[in-house]
Amino acid sequence: MDLKDLYRDVILDHNRQPRNFGALANADAHADGHNPLCGDRLTVWVQLEGDRVTDVHFEGKGCAISTASASLMTEAVKGKDRAAIQSLYEQVHTLLTQQSAAPDASLGKLAALAGVSEFPARVKCATLCWHTLNAALERSADAVTTE
Amino acid sequence: MSAVSAAARPFDAERVRGDFPILAQRVNGRPLVYLDSAASSQRPLAVLRAVERYETHHHSNVHRGVHTLSQAATEAFEGARARARRFLNARSTREIVFVRGATEGINLVAQSLARSRFGPGDEILISALEHHANIVPWQMVCAQTGCTLKVAPIDRRGEVDFERLSALLSARTRLVAMAHVSNALGTVLPIKRIVEAAHSCGALVLVDGAQAVPHTVVDVRELGCDFYAFSGHKLYGPTGIGVLYGREELLEEMPPWQGGGDMIRTVTFEKSTYNDLPWKFEAGTPNISGAVGLAAAMDYLEGLGIEALAAHEHRLLELATGELERMPGIEIIGTAAHKAAVLSFTMRGCHPHDLGTILDSEGVAIRTGHHCAMPVMTFFDVPATARASFGCYNTEADVRALVAALGKAREVFG
Repeated sequence: MDLKDLYRDVILDHNRQPRNFGALANADAHADGHNPLCGDRLTVWVQLEGDRVTDVHFEGKGCAISTASASLMTEAVKGKDRAAIQSLYEQVHTLLTQQSAAPDASLGKLAALAGVSEFPARVKCATLCWHTLNAALERSADAVTTE
Repeated sequence: MSAVSAAARPFDAERVRGDFPILAQRVNGRPLVYLDSAASSQRPLAVLRAVERYETHHHSNVHRGVHTLSQAATEAFEGARARARRFLNARSTREIVFVRGATEGINLVAQSLARSRFGPGDEILISALEHHANIVPWQMVCAQTGCTLKVAPIDRRGEVDFERLSALLSARTRLVAMAHVSNALGTVLPIKRIVEAAHSCGALVLVDGAQAVPHTVVDVRELGCDFYAFSGHKLYGPTGIGVLYGREELLEEMPPWQGGGDMIRTVTFEKSTYNDLPWKFEAGTPNISGAVGLAAAMDYLEGLGIEALAAHEHRLLELATGELERMPGIEIIGTAAHKAAVLSFTMRGCHPHDLGTILDSEGVAIRTGHHCAMPVMTFFDVPATARASFGCYNTEADVRALVAALGKAREVFG
């Protein structure tokens, strides 16, 4: 168990200066995520063009892992469609939960989260933003289907 | 809470550590520094052995049979009840109900007493620093009966403002339910004063003593409270066992809240009659070995000397408070004049969960999160805190290890 593996420079940087932080004007949907066990809260806003996420922002209070994960996620999913986001999430989930997994090059900066797998208690910190993004996307899908 | 007496005999925590086999291990390559006794304390050999002895030689069901083991188990279980009566200085063992823990004790009073007697217009008064276990059961009763929950505020130090609490007491107040010691902040509440004020309005008083019993001599007759609930596992005893003390005349009038074996006298399909106190409130086979372990923990704690222990813990609290106050970026949450062995804090730029992980990598176990006291976190406008809490086995070296590990966190987070 190596702390430096968990708190890599990329993580510390995105914690200190989260990207795409703050409410998104003209968002098509948003969702609130809450981890009642640790009190982490965040909101994710998405702007869509058809199936494609054109912009995504988040805001919230949480630990370095949850903040950095959300910040990295917003950078990674911008411009992707739902199917690509789903497959990216599956890759991230494997990265977070399987110690042996060598990060796929397609993960880009998200690979910095690899150290989380050594700290099982912290996996939920890193996944909160993805669940919240998913809820926002489902909400926007609901809005489309009810029209 | 007992005063810290200069006459208290010296307390040898190093020797005490030897009684706790779990502490002699390394965590993440470092010697374990256990600073989470407020969540659950560790058990001394005396408790482990008492439980093992019971399980190995005496176990059977209680109050059931004429055979030798059943009588031995009954004797052990009822002996534990007598031990708990002495521990609290209750008048009678009829006032000692074994429960799973403080939470179940509070729920018992909520569902048996409050639900059957309270209604619209009645009020239950709690404080703003309560654990969820002393909030939610009352909210449930309010929803069931139409009575109202009132909350006595706290100030920035984390003290309950007695004047404002008094102002909330009226003829409508049926019950006051307060912690003896706050689990999140360490604040010691002036329970005796609160009992006197509540009784003068005709209200009953329940005390959540989960965080108080490991640190102070509790005399329920001296406090004057009507109910007192605590858990065994914060008292160096097993989990799944605790005590609800209730004044006999109140328990006598209260209906049972769970039905089943052991709590009845006669059963027909038309009607059942109930057992005497305290068994009326103990449906089903109880946690017998838990009660045996709890009794052993009470022997152990009183053997250490609760006042000497309180003085020792107070020294550690003062030492740690002083050290943390000197560390830049550390804010201590809860600065009441009278505190038990709990130190809650935040570090600027480093979330409590990150602190918890970094400290764990140094072998230091602390609690991080909302401590089942979300309203307290909201009041101080923090999502969570880090909490170090002290017990009989903690030493000055543990405080130094905490301080060093916090330095490490500062290094990582800059």
